[in-house]
Amino acid sequence: MRFYRALFVATTLAVTAPIMPVNAMQPPAQSEFLPVEDIPPGEQIPAFTMLGAAYGFVWVALLGYVWSIARRLQKVESELADLESRSK
Amino acid sequence: MSKLNPLFIGLSGVMLGVAPWVINAAPYESTMGLVQKVFYFHFPAAILFLVAALICGVASAIFLFGKKPRADGWAIAAAELGLVFGSLTLVTGPLWARKAWGVWWVWDPRLTSSLLLWMIFSAYLLLRKYGGPGSDKLGAGMALFGMANVPFIYVSVNVWRTLHPQTSVVPTLPTDMGIPLWFCFAAFTMLFMALLNLRARLEHQRARVVALYLAEDEA
Repeated sequence: MRFYRALFVATTLAVTAPIMPVNAMQPPAQSEFLPVEDIPPGEQIPAFTMLGAAYGFVWVALLGYVWSIARRLQKVESELADLESRSK
Repeated sequence: MSKLNPLFIGLSGVMLGVAPWVINAAPYESTMGLVQKVFYFHFPAAILFLVAALICGVASAIFLFGKKPRADGWAIAAAELGLVFGSLTLVTGPLWARKAWGVWWVWDPRLTSSLLLWMIFSAYLLLRKYGGPGSDKLGAGMALFGMANVPFIYVSVNVWRTLHPQTSVVPTLPTDMGIPLWFCFAAFTMLFMALLNLRARLEHQRARVVALYLAEDEA
């Protein structure tokens, strides 16, 4: 019986030992939400991300459009050359 | 003009490649900080969006009232460029606004009327692609309404209360902010002119292809 009691205590300690320091570090559960004027600097939207996204979008859209016009023009001009050579 | 297209595209490509360094040298704006530098691409795109609407409207008027079919090609070209530059404006604007105003979008007169013009261009191009016979004249009428929207968009920030900066911002820019702005504006304008010319040429060549097919059918 003493052996089982010791085993129970040892097992309980082994299982709960890694949890206890974590529980000790955890903040108490939040019971209400409190508004603040400014959010912490670490959580603000980074301006560089927005700037990079804006410039990146402009570059990709313009390059894509130049490529699209060149491709369509090449197609029409080859069709035109084909038709003109047929009509001669 | 067609000989200038590769020159304009090449030069604008180089200038847009150098632009980040020129913009980086500009000072930060006092209230908005780094994100205000979106302005150096946003403003040229927005102005050329309005210029495209004016060109599309004038070319459509020439096509409708002057009975000049070539003008219709210029109108289609300007409408497509309007859609592209409008998209640049309507994407870069909210990216700037999210950081500066805390919201992606507000339904104020400047933003709403710009979105309306973009939708007119979209509707015009869809009509021209899928509208069938008669869509050229219907589209030209629509382009005139698009052009009528331009002065309203421009003055809206001065007439109504809005979050968007007023038109007085640009003439009062300090020199070290003005240089990168006009540098980017020159690059965007050269690219716009070259693309407009190439896109109109595409439309004129398409008209020739259709004419040749019709001549073949008649023969």
